[in-house]
Amino acid sequence: MHAQTLYDKLWTSHVVRQEADGTALLYIDRHLVHEVTSPQAFEGLKLAGRKPWRSRSIVATADHNTPTDHWERGIVDPISRQQVETLDANIREADVLAYFPFKDARQGIVHVIGPENGATLPGMTVVCGDSHTSTHGAFACLAHGIGTSEVEHVLATQCLLQKRSKTMLVQVDGVLGPGVTAKDVALAIIGKIGTAGGTGYAIEFGGEAIRGLSMEGRMTLCNMAIEGGARAGMVAVDDNTIDYLRDRPFSPSGAAWDQAVAYWRTLHTDEGAQFDAVVVLDAAQILPQVTWGTSPEMVTTIGGAVPDPAEEADPVRREGMERALKYMGLAPRTPMAEIPVDKVFIGSCTNSRIEDLREAASIVRGRQKADNVKLVLVVPGSGLVKRQAEAEGLDQVFLAAGFEWREPGCSMCLAMNADRLEPGERCASTSNRNFEGRQGAGGRTHLVSPAMAAAAAIAGRFVDVRQFVQ
Amino acid sequence: MRKFDVLDGLVAPLDRANVDTDAIIPKQFLKSIKRSGFGPNLFDEWRYLDVGEPGQPVAGRPRNAEFVLNQPRFQGAQILLTRDNFGCGSSREHAPWALEDYGFRALIGPSFADIFFNNCFKNGLLPVQLPAAEVEVLFQQCIANEGYRLTIDLAAQTVTRPDGVALGFEVDPFRKECLLNGWDDIGLTLRHADEIRAFEDRRKSEQPWLFR
Repeated sequence: MHAQTLYDKLWTSHVVRQEADGTALLYIDRHLVHEVTSPQAFEGLKLAGRKPWRSRSIVATADHNTPTDHWERGIVDPISRQQVETLDANIREADVLAYFPFKDARQGIVHVIGPENGATLPGMTVVCGDSHTSTHGAFACLAHGIGTSEVEHVLATQCLLQKRSKTMLVQVDGVLGPGVTAKDVALAIIGKIGTAGGTGYAIEFGGEAIRGLSMEGRMTLCNMAIEGGARAGMVAVDDNTIDYLRDRPFSPSGAAWDQAVAYWRTLHTDEGAQFDAVVVLDAAQILPQVTWGTSPEMVTTIGGAVPDPAEEADPVRREGMERALKYMGLAPRTPMAEIPVDKVFIGSCTNSRIEDLREAASIVRGRQKADNVKLVLVVPGSGLVKRQAEAEGLDQVFLAAGFEWREPGCSMCLAMNADRLEPGERCASTSNRNFEGRQGAGGRTHLVSPAMAAAAAIAGRFVDVRQFVQ
Repeated sequence: MRKFDVLDGLVAPLDRANVDTDAIIPKQFLKSIKRSGFGPNLFDEWRYLDVGEPGQPVAGRPRNAEFVLNQPRFQGAQILLTRDNFGCGSSREHAPWALEDYGFRALIGPSFADIFFNNCFKNGLLPVQLPAAEVEVLFQQCIANEGYRLTIDLAAQTVTRPDGVALGFEVDPFRKECLLNGWDDIGLTLRHADEIRAFEDRRKSEQPWLFR
């Protein structure tokens, strides 16, 4: 058999049938469901008189609308409450694998709870009505976001109509320097390929620096594949993958574990397999990143400065830069390390796992939030992450520094709940999108790693985190 | 789904790249559990000068007169001209729902983000991809000529300009067929239910840990 990429293997093993034009019916193993993109799908299913094909493939939670404080008050916003109650009703009618409703001990961001419960396993196809489903590719899954019509299609048929993607290898050679994290790698890659660089591709991340990342770091990286335009990102199985999955609630056990591991070990790109595109980065050249604009590709290093649109030759790009700087309230050539911040957000499906919180706490320990910083929100990705962090005393580190320690959820990544920026406020955020209005109308978002966000909270401005770690 | 065959429509030019789905329909409107009613809040942060809330009537809200869709000459537009990477970011199908509810039937641009592109076809909205140079000419002609219209013929795969020049475009044959006929693809897939079941049974025996 000819040498295959990891994507080829995942694709081929899920094709139920394929038409002459290449359109395939792809079988879906895991369907993650949350409250925002599912109500219309369940309604459509009912209106058509259809039943879910295999409801045991579903893992559901409420995360986007849920408040991160005062849980005793419930969900105060009546429209948000109705959406969460609609999810409740839809899920309780179905026999799902797992449901972690609002206030459940294991509730959390859908892309955090899947892996931590072992509901995301290597070799699976994983879909969710959420673009950050690419996160699960860290486990050598074919995982991507879908729209609500496709949520309904998967509910009704357990399949998706798909065409094969092109394949891209993003290879990061060498070893990351101190203070440089998976988030910096993700932003550096997007800075290199652009936000449309991965359009039409499934990206496999490989190379020494990727093999050196923990599963949390790989999830951060695959999470951001979509910000590079690729619906799916993935990493091959290795010992890290298998060690992470051992003894998780929905991981196989006993003889099935051994059988599964034997199969999982085959989930890597074969020697000599060809990719449609290859991008190579040198880990040693990747420095702590900060975005300056309103697209994740508008990124530079902490030692860099806001670029000058006058130096951009392409008129559409120049106009985009000018618009971004106006929105962000920044002058060309301002050093990134001179930009003060009003709020800091540590959380989101990109960076809310235990390792992210440890990384932030290591910077904060024994230090205080700067006076000019109005609010530092630390929002763990799930109830399990929260309890783990508390067992390690991380909550006390944050609270002692003047940070807020909240309940899990998507929170200020997209500001569907009460956590948001006011117009003009500037935020150092560990989330994934710096789009206009993303964290609140008129809010100004700068994407950074958890360590960089923590350092900005302490310094009151962006600062090179390596000054803290060395 | 609504059929799409031939459209002769007024064109509105949205001259910016990387328009994301957060901009197309901001998050506060995603709390709705319905598929319709998003049109008044399409591009909400660009169309209005205040911050909109779900359920709030838009009639009295202050409008941004400079925004293209607020200009009188583009009222009733059915075709949106876009730049690179339109629809990037969130997978929210509320974005095509909002465009369709507003009155758009087609988009023309040099490139679209994958998930958004896919979502359009599920909602009778045709995203037409043309080379950047051809799109640039359309922008220039549209801005220079009030009442600028284009004719999109899906069966023939052409966009015809007022000067008679016809531009050919590519479209996936299966998606084209579904749009031309207004087919519900769930119904199409369920015709293969036996094959899905056989695949599933085989998978269950090979990887039993996936089925619990």
